[in-house]
Amino acid sequence: MRIYTIFVYIFLYTPIAIIALFSFSAGRSASQFEGFSVKWYGRALDNPFVMDALGNSLFVAFVSATLASTLGTLAAVGLQGMRGPVRAFFDALIYIAVMIPGIVIGIATLIALVTVFGVVNPWLSAIWPDGSTAPTLSMGMGSLIAAHTMFTLALVVIIVRARLASLEGMLSEASADLYATPFGTFRQITLPLIAPAVLAGFLLSFTFSFDDFIIAFFVAGSETTLPIYIFASIRRGITPEVNAIGTMVMGASLIMLVIAQLILRRGQKR
Amino acid sequence: MTQRARNWLMVAPAGAWLIVMLVLPLSVVFIFSFGERAPSGGYVPAFTFEQYANLPARFTAFKNTLVLAPLGTLTALVIAYPLAYQLAVRTSDKWKTLLLILVIVPFWTSILIRSYAWIFILGGRGIPSLLDSIGIEDVRLINTQFAVLVGIVYGYLPLMVFPIYVSLDRLDKRLLEASADLGAHPITTFLTVTLPMSISGIATGCMLVFILLMGEFLIPAMLGGGKVFFVGNALVDLFLQSRNWAYGSAVAVMLIVIMLVTVTLYMRLISRLSVQRDDTPLM
Repeated sequence: MRIYTIFVYIFLYTPIAIIALFSFSAGRSASQFEGFSVKWYGRALDNPFVMDALGNSLFVAFVSATLASTLGTLAAVGLQGMRGPVRAFFDALIYIAVMIPGIVIGIATLIALVTVFGVVNPWLSAIWPDGSTAPTLSMGMGSLIAAHTMFTLALVVIIVRARLASLEGMLSEASADLYATPFGTFRQITLPLIAPAVLAGFLLSFTFSFDDFIIAFFVAGSETTLPIYIFASIRRGITPEVNAIGTMVMGASLIMLVIAQLILRRGQKR
Repeated sequence: MTQRARNWLMVAPAGAWLIVMLVLPLSVVFIFSFGERAPSGGYVPAFTFEQYANLPARFTAFKNTLVLAPLGTLTALVIAYPLAYQLAVRTSDKWKTLLLILVIVPFWTSILIRSYAWIFILGGRGIPSLLDSIGIEDVRLINTQFAVLVGIVYGYLPLMVFPIYVSLDRLDKRLLEASADLGAHPITTFLTVTLPMSISGIATGCMLVFILLMGEFLIPAMLGGGKVFFVGNALVDLFLQSRNWAYGSAVAVMLIVIMLVTVTLYMRLISRLSVQRDDTPLM
């Protein structure tokens, strides 16, 4: 049994180790190790396309995670006091958001937005005052942020509600009995108690958005995010530069994940 | 402001967001699936079932998905169960958390990069060249069904281990001792105590992995080399290459329907299994 366990861990970590190993290769070949070097890291960090894609990815991840954790937390708290059809409808939406494959979400968002833009753009230019050009809506960072926020919002609602369910309602009742305003109760009692879940939700949303390829592939228009760049480079032929980028991305995700775990754990101890 | 109004205000922004970015797009796909392809690609409004009648043209993609998704789920289960058992039942508390985190970490790193690693391992210079050096020649692994299976099992294994671990960890270990004290063979104990108690974990794990596999695109694209097509790959092809939105929408609707039906049937089966378990007296 113990040997079996070790084998599974080898299976899980060999591919990751191989990527990291070849990122330090000095040669051009991504499959033959030709001496140790960190030059591919330098190449990757000097490559303006990589830096541009990284900047886009960080921006989209930060904005969508911020939106998702704010709106998701508000919704989770609001739903707590709701019963009936509205709540059932919202639950159904969350269920659908999590269950529908990412590829369907990506495609559906693409054709829906392209269709909507096709109607709105001529209309915008018609009503726009003469002398200035009307803005043209198109697929890009905005649509990508909106799509990522939709999915990660559902994640945040699930995480925060799990936390809310584990708290007794007595604290907020006590607070109300002591004449705290509802907002005061929210700020002083509820928010500190759910803060770890909110923060963990933010970090998971950030990681999801940062790593997502499939939705971005459809929705990002002509913008390039880091996963899109990596996918395109693999198609062009593999060099250790991709490995270097991959190793850095995995390292960064790992750090985010550890932070999220630590925060959730500290929250549970309180 | 009343409590009711306040709750409404808190839920409204998220609700609006989900309606615009989820309900609207899915409705558009549904409507488009009854339309026709514009001559230059795209969509013309129509009401026809032609796209649905045409679905058999993509039979291979559906077949591959419906074979490899359950097969991948089962393989992941077979590999994950002993590991989850070892971690939950036989590992000291000191090591448990660390070992569990080590299982989950790969899942939260980009699946794109992890699949990329398998291009190396299964490619010409990887395992085939190792086999070649010990005399087994001409083994082709990359761009086969096998490569895709390895990729999906590797990609989603952590997601299978976690729920099974949770269900086994909750199991009262004294039950296992009691069973042994009463003279049950370890295998009997496993079949009559451990396995039934972990059914819920198995069910959750299988469902999570199956749902994700049904919509898979990336792994077949990278490890199947255009030879092993999933429905996801057909969708990419229809929307981005041939720009046949109406037909693509019908394929997407069909995928969702198949998923809903299988998941519903599966949940029924699981709930029946657990009801039966409650009926049977404890040994």
